[in-house]
Amino acid sequence: MRLYAVVAAGGFRRYATYRMATAAGVFTNTVFGFIMAYTYTALWDERPQLGGYDLSQALTYVWLGQALLMTCAMMGGGFEDELMERIRTGDIAIDLYRPADLQMWWLSGDLGRAAFHLMGRGIVPMALGALAFDLALPSSPLTWLAFLVSVALGVVVSFAVRFLVALSAFWLMDGAGVMQICWLAGLFFSGMLLPLNLFPGTLGEVARALPWSSLLQVPADVFLGKRTGWGLVQAYAFQGGWALALLAAGRALQTAATRRVVVQGG
Amino acid sequence: MADALLSGLRAYGLIAGMWIRSTMAYRASFVMTVLGNFAVTSFDFITILLMFSHVDALGGYTLGEIAFLYGASGTAFGLADLVMGSMNRLGRRVRDGTLDTLLVRPVPVLAQVAADQFALRRLGRITQGLLVFGYGVLVLDIEWTPLRVMLVPLMLLSGAAIFSALYVAGAAFQFWAQDASEVQNSFTYGGNTLLQYPPTLFAKDLVRGVTFVVPLAFVNWLPALYVLGRPYPLDLPQWLAFLPPVVAAVCCWLAALAWRVGLRSYRSTGS
Repeated sequence: MRLYAVVAAGGFRRYATYRMATAAGVFTNTVFGFIMAYTYTALWDERPQLGGYDLSQALTYVWLGQALLMTCAMMGGGFEDELMERIRTGDIAIDLYRPADLQMWWLSGDLGRAAFHLMGRGIVPMALGALAFDLALPSSPLTWLAFLVSVALGVVVSFAVRFLVALSAFWLMDGAGVMQICWLAGLFFSGMLLPLNLFPGTLGEVARALPWSSLLQVPADVFLGKRTGWGLVQAYAFQGGWALALLAAGRALQTAATRRVVVQGG
Repeated sequence: MADALLSGLRAYGLIAGMWIRSTMAYRASFVMTVLGNFAVTSFDFITILLMFSHVDALGGYTLGEIAFLYGASGTAFGLADLVMGSMNRLGRRVRDGTLDTLLVRPVPVLAQVAADQFALRRLGRITQGLLVFGYGVLVLDIEWTPLRVMLVPLMLLSGAAIFSALYVAGAAFQFWAQDASEVQNSFTYGGNTLLQYPPTLFAKDLVRGVTFVVPLAFVNWLPALYVLGRPYPLDLPQWLAFLPPVVAAVCCWLAALAWRVGLRSYRSTGS
């Protein structure tokens, strides 16, 4: 366990190194937050209470999206390109040789990254958004705590999906196509572009049942107080269930893949 | 001056041609990435369609009018992204020192950086923009006059030039702030997202900012509102609709200036 804590701390420090990039990212998140906040304002002006949100809740949703975009890696990123490259070049053999579990190793690093992104890329855009717009921030510290738990579960689901994507490189060698599909699905089905509550009919039902809704829609609903009591337990069960299922799939794929690895050379 | 421009364009053509040949070596992969590029940009418009499943108008604009704005901005941005999109990578080149290789070659550095990894897959974005634009034109009942017809190609090309100038200016900024390539994204991608919606949605100060400071409004808002026969934001005069080529020329000139200052101040990290 100590080993994985060290790896997580390393993941945190690695992303904390690039301060200029973090500042630039915060700037971009804020710009997009403003643009989306204005479009949502127009939408909710036409149809108040759309999707069960009032205007300030909808605006809060926008800024939560910007704050969690990097944390939950909705547009991909983090580790999968690196892991794919290691698989392609054969460096993965060294990783498999290490006295650490491959999946746990990358999960720890990604959790460290997510923790940094939540602080470095999440807090400032959210604070700026709260200054410029009237946001529905929870008054109870318990809601904040419940939200953080939900975000953590979201990060694990996001990791589990991206780990599966990365392992596809064992068979495909070049995973750019799979990565692009995963990136698209993450952006659309997390609710980043539009809350999933607004998706019509069957599309909405499917979108809300897919794992990506754990990345933004579920944490946002917890934050907005739409999930309390039994509803909160259900939300956690949904996220935790997907996390476990996808991690187990990753583990099965990892076992199958390691049987395939042939290390070249002496 | 004209000679330098010509040799730059020629070098750009040669390098881009080389990258196209290299892309075409894997045709299946090329087709897939074009489709991927098309799909990525389509999600923006699907979002707008989903919004319009709940409302009939957004900020007083119908779906057709927003498609017109969206298509104009998307096409202009797609063209700029195709021609100048690689400027995004300058920060990385400064960081890992590969920019030095470009400096010793007898070819303008701007042409080399811009044509580097020329990605023909970006045609996907242009196609998507044009399709949405075409949809807008078809469903709208525009009163076409010769002036309005003339304004459409003028708008798309000037818009592409304005976005290209932003790419170059952003790259010049990266000489100084190597890791800050994301700042550029907020003006290029962010600008494109902003222009997809009508100006009535946004706060007056924001509209002022993108008219007078970073002249994004000239990409599509001002010329498109003239074609659509819509009132102007901020009580601006109508003749501004014909100004985009002038604005684009000024932007390109300023961007070239910034690029020169950036390149001159570049100090290699050495070994």
